[in-house]
Amino acid sequence: MITLQQITRELKEYDGREIKIMEVCGTHTSSIFKNGIRSLISPKIKLISGPGCPVCVTPSVYVDKLVDISLKENHCVLTFGDMMKVKGNEHSLTEAAAIGGKVKVVYSPLDAVKIATEDANTQYVFAAVGFETTTPIYGILIDEIIKKQISNLKILTSLKTITPALTYICENEKNIDAFIAPGHVSVIIGCDAYKELAEKYHKPFVVAGFEGEHILAAVYEIFLQLKENKACMKNMYISAVSDKGNMQALSVINQYFEPKDDFWRGIGVIEKSSLRLKPEYFQYDAGSDFDEYKESPPKGCKCKEVILGRISPAECPLFAKQCTPLSAVGPCMVSAEGACGIWYKNRGRE
Amino acid sequence: MKIDISYGSGGKQTSNLINDIFLKNFDNEVLNRLEDAAVLDIKGRIAYTTDSFVVTPMFFKGGNIGKLAICGTVNDLSMMGAEPRYLTAGFIIEAGADSEVIEQIAHTMKIAAEEAGVKIVAGDTKVIEGNGNVYINTSGVGEILKEGISIQNCREQDVILLSGNLGEHHAAIMSERMGIENNIASDCAPLFSIVSDLLENKINIRCMRDVTRGGLATVLNEVSESSKCRVEIEEPSLPVSDEVKGFCNILGLDPLYMANEGKMIAVVPPEQAEKALEIMRNNHYGANAAIIGRITKGTGVSMTTVLGGNRMVDILYGEGLPRIC
Repeated sequence: MITLQQITRELKEYDGREIKIMEVCGTHTSSIFKNGIRSLISPKIKLISGPGCPVCVTPSVYVDKLVDISLKENHCVLTFGDMMKVKGNEHSLTEAAAIGGKVKVVYSPLDAVKIATEDANTQYVFAAVGFETTTPIYGILIDEIIKKQISNLKILTSLKTITPALTYICENEKNIDAFIAPGHVSVIIGCDAYKELAEKYHKPFVVAGFEGEHILAAVYEIFLQLKENKACMKNMYISAVSDKGNMQALSVINQYFEPKDDFWRGIGVIEKSSLRLKPEYFQYDAGSDFDEYKESPPKGCKCKEVILGRISPAECPLFAKQCTPLSAVGPCMVSAEGACGIWYKNRGRE
Repeated sequence: MKIDISYGSGGKQTSNLINDIFLKNFDNEVLNRLEDAAVLDIKGRIAYTTDSFVVTPMFFKGGNIGKLAICGTVNDLSMMGAEPRYLTAGFIIEAGADSEVIEQIAHTMKIAAEEAGVKIVAGDTKVIEGNGNVYINTSGVGEILKEGISIQNCREQDVILLSGNLGEHHAAIMSERMGIENNIASDCAPLFSIVSDLLENKINIRCMRDVTRGGLATVLNEVSESSKCRVEIEEPSLPVSDEVKGFCNILGLDPLYMANEGKMIAVVPPEQAEKALEIMRNNHYGANAAIIGRITKGTGVSMTTVLGGNRMVDILYGEGLPRIC
């Protein structure tokens, strides 16, 4: 059996053509830095961040709507902490709170049930943002709202699905050689979801866990596949990811949500890339259908190029100058899972 | 009994609150005189500090806001090589607070102050509108036992010691807020006894810092910046309990950035590092102490990871919150 030392030696000594591997998930990006993975592999193997941070790809009009709701009398927005600093076209939720908006950070969507039950005079709206990983819990939340007949709690959705985005990238970004498939999402959707993509676009898709060893092993697997001109899906996160995914979670998703076209900040509209509440549950939706997406990326902001893997965050002219975690210009600098934010916190080594 | 606004009026009810809770618990000859200011017996140079405590929730596994208020100020004094002697305690109480809760906080403060060897010699109480929360400000003075301990003093080759496991206070507070059941308790503790042991054994401490908000990463960056040096640490040497590790993995938190309330670093000359480690480990509060790295030439904080890779360790930006996915 090959040891980790042998793997790192081989990856470090590689001197062939430049290989571009996209890690789709922000937690992978974070782990790559945390473990110093780049210092263990050849500079010819480029690890590129993809669109796997839900906060970064949430459209600005969605944030605008949350801000408007927070400022309405007797209304309150409930959200995860990540969303607080993301700018809409005018304000972030943090800024809305400073001008009188009501916003509460929660740690679980189910906290919303308790909060809404205890304060019947306020209309609560939960900012339901995320990928397939988080969507089942929003389904359970709707389930609770129905069961407990809670009339003052709705959700505003910006729920994305990853495979349409991967298809978009495979179609449009030809120079990416392979993908480290997102670990958390794969737990829900199963690794079979990438088989067709791997075959159709002839690119290796390797599902990996989040430990440093897992990522190195995934990079090595991709390296071997490319060396032998192979391109297949390989599940290297077998402890958590099955072929078909988590059937219980998928059934909750299918019960309450259906696929719709959606707008990805920095990318544009991707077909069938979101999950919206089914029409029979519209009464629990706070208005997630947007007529148009007025996106005007801040001047000079290259978040689009970053999430499509065209440039590294450090190549953006605003990076670490006008754009820092404390005064973020683009969404990728705001979130803990955003590529620019992660690169900023680890700058000096890239 | 619920506290209402009248308890902050300065009249009979204020006096009852002070007598029945604070004087009863903080009883000592200086405070009991109830003069406008405490008259203190201190020789030589003093260290003087203040801190405010607004933690939510007020009670958590391993302590409460009162214990934090004592340990936080005592530890700030200790880190300057000073023996904590006297504290003041100012309470801002929101109407609706239970007097039993305040009593419980005051009682914890009494015990923590005794353990730390300090007296609470002056105080203040205000009652404001609100929802029953309590906020505490403590200030403290201590006698300097050893001059020259400073964050600016670290030199090349010096060795960095950490007194124990990272992240326990932060994880305990987050668990409480998120309703997660586990056995993680706050590490909240007074650290002067470790300092005293090191000084008594003639350890030539260059610098000490308690590792609180912003975590170890932030403290080490402060050392690097103030002493104009590079800090190099080894990830495998960082003590973190398995339970905190698991908690961090689930929530996407990093123990390097998590707050502690009973941990410190000490930077010492290389030839005294092993002796200092033994002294720390022999102290009740330093049982898991470890040598975590050293000072070198350059700037910033770098870490050799478990895999043998290398990364920079920056300061904390914003609040460490759990992620969406």
